[in-house]
Amino acid sequence: MAKLKIALYWAASCGGCEIATLAIHEKILKLAEVADIVFWPVGLDFKYADVEKMADKSVDVCLFNGAIRNEENEHMAHLLRAKSKIMIAYGSCSYEGCIPGLSNFYNRQMTFDRVYIETPSTDNPKKIYPQTKVKVPEGELELPEFYDTVKTLAQTVDVDYFVPGCPPEEKTTWLALEALISGKLPPKGTVISHSVKAVCDECPRKKEEKKIKKFYRPYEIIPEPEKCLLEQGLLCYGIATRGGCGALCPQANMPCTGCYGPVEGAVDQGAHFLSALSSIIDSNDPEEIQRIIDDIPDPAGTFYRYSLPDSLLRRARIK
Amino acid sequence: MDNFEPKIVAFCCNWCSYAGADLAGTSRMQYAPNIRIIRVMCSGRVSPLFVLKALSIGADGVLILGCHPGDCHYIEGNYKTMRRVPLLKKMLKQLGIEEERVRLEWVSASEGAKFAEVTNNFTQTIKNLGPSSLGPPQQSSKEARHG
Repeated sequence: MAKLKIALYWAASCGGCEIATLAIHEKILKLAEVADIVFWPVGLDFKYADVEKMADKSVDVCLFNGAIRNEENEHMAHLLRAKSKIMIAYGSCSYEGCIPGLSNFYNRQMTFDRVYIETPSTDNPKKIYPQTKVKVPEGELELPEFYDTVKTLAQTVDVDYFVPGCPPEEKTTWLALEALISGKLPPKGTVISHSVKAVCDECPRKKEEKKIKKFYRPYEIIPEPEKCLLEQGLLCYGIATRGGCGALCPQANMPCTGCYGPVEGAVDQGAHFLSALSSIIDSNDPEEIQRIIDDIPDPAGTFYRYSLPDSLLRRARIK
Repeated sequence: MDNFEPKIVAFCCNWCSYAGADLAGTSRMQYAPNIRIIRVMCSGRVSPLFVLKALSIGADGVLILGCHPGDCHYIEGNYKTMRRVPLLKKMLKQLGIEEERVRLEWVSASEGAKFAEVTNNFTQTIKNLGPSSLGPPQQSSKEARHG
């Protein structure tokens, strides 16, 4: 059998997904036996021109991580889609927008003002912003255009599979790679994970009736080791998040933040969490309810931490 | 905009508010024609998802009407709504959507007059606010670039 041809690419991401692909440890040797890496900017010296020269559909699989933030990201998404038989949105950024997607609370100008003017470590008295074209003695240089709105990969090109996680767990990555190596592929559009149920299903903490009088932020309390974190007033996102990670964060006393995306069948993770969370507030008095809600300083940022670009509203409206 | 006629989605609970709307109708009460009523079994059935969906596909306002506290046919469904709506409003505000675009009111089966009054009042509020800045989701990359 001919070796599989695999391409890996990073768009708007932190690089964690690149490390996650290596976190399969010794299984990387097995991968090397059956697959050749034909493009991987972070690890090997390829140029975009090399990809352009490849025949269409000549790459078997592209693992694409990172959100679509600028013109370069979008160009590479289209190029790799054309060259690849299977396109996988690998990791939360390409799947749902993730942390880069939080800039959808702002627009380009606000982001530029913050980054190039306002940050305390920035000294930019002439208020110079990045330009798409700049003249230098040697000629004109071009930079990709920075977009107002961060998009997911599936909002940009046709995507075959999704691998959730920020970053995906080792076993989730391997589940996807194993399916590719064996050729036993799930139906198109599948979110590849060991579970279609919520994180709570895998979480060993004791769960009783959920009634909350006060919400806490993680630094405010030391949680009891065995009781459900949500029942202790921490905003644990497990009830609205797909499992498959093994409920690692709650087992380390940290509430789940929702990186594996919505459970199977749910479309807007934030709305589902909002619904479930507010229902368990233990009060029937509007004023007390308001006080309890005031404990949550940033509901939109918390509920859409990983999924604002993939949510129904996609971004905040800026007046 | 003087001739702006808002599109308003009203989720009415089957047991109280929908009957209240019915009473307003059979009593020949006049109320603003801007609302599109969707009957749900309980105001507690109105997931924040429904509200976001309505807003994202072009509704200028969303009205949620349920039984008065204590009167829920399912005992405590409307209490869940009572807790959900303030948190939803707080979140919408962060997303640049005026919280006045979503309103929760209690309307019983005998309150046809209140139904008409709430509808008129809410329609006026939305008229004053103007059209929602939300259109259908932006699709093309060109719009994403400049939207």
